[in-house]
Amino acid sequence: MSNRRPYVRSMDGWWKRDAYFMRYMAREVTALFVAAYAFVLLVGLVRLSQGEAAFNGWLQYLKTPQMLVFHLIALATFCYHTWSWFSIMPKTMPIMYVGGKRVQPGAITGAGIAASVVACLAVLLIAGGMHS
Amino acid sequence: MKRSNEPIFWSLFGAGGMLAALIGPALVFITGIAVPFGLFFSPDTMSYANMLAFSQHWAGKVFVLAVIALFLWHAAHRIGILLHDFGIHAIALVKVVVYGSALLGTVVAAYALLKIGS
Repeated sequence: MSNRRPYVRSMDGWWKRDAYFMRYMAREVTALFVAAYAFVLLVGLVRLSQGEAAFNGWLQYLKTPQMLVFHLIALATFCYHTWSWFSIMPKTMPIMYVGGKRVQPGAITGAGIAASVVACLAVLLIAGGMHS
Repeated sequence: MKRSNEPIFWSLFGAGGMLAALIGPALVFITGIAVPFGLFFSPDTMSYANMLAFSQHWAGKVFVLAVIALFLWHAAHRIGILLHDFGIHAIALVKVVVYGSALLGTVVAAYALLKIGS
């Protein structure tokens, strides 16, 4: 058996070493809130299928302080997701040309965020019309 | 060469990420903050009758399933990578757990929507 103890550089906290890694980690961690929010909606859907009393119980639960705090953090996280999603989009999509010129990364990010603002406003307007 | 299944999962990840980026902030604001706390929207926006009617319509069903399922598949992909980043390298097992959870959520959502009927 060898007595050599080769130096192995620790990878603990590797993502704290660089602002680029920090942004990467922040972007990946948004997924926890996307999953949690989808789970909240899934519970609501299951309660809806179980009848009025069950669904009203879910609605009441949404009014608790812990759910308000959760949704406030989730809202901030989703906004960050929107920003980061379109920030990396110039790297994740095929290179685009318009009129023989490469579309600049800033233009792609800007167009994506503008599309999000429009889509969010549309959802808010549609939901605003949903009452009986 | 064995075909990779990665494009399927990556497409679901991409579709979920795009949907979340486009309408996620508005959805969280409406369902989690504005309607439960009576801001801006009519208090009965998410009443049982309204949500039932919404989920009984085929377009409502497609929307609800798309949001829940695609958000889950999107998150599953990233959580699998996060686990790898934090030192869990059992790739096959991680994939079974994260994608299995997303599949389970999708099946439960589809079942609930079927039960709600039209």
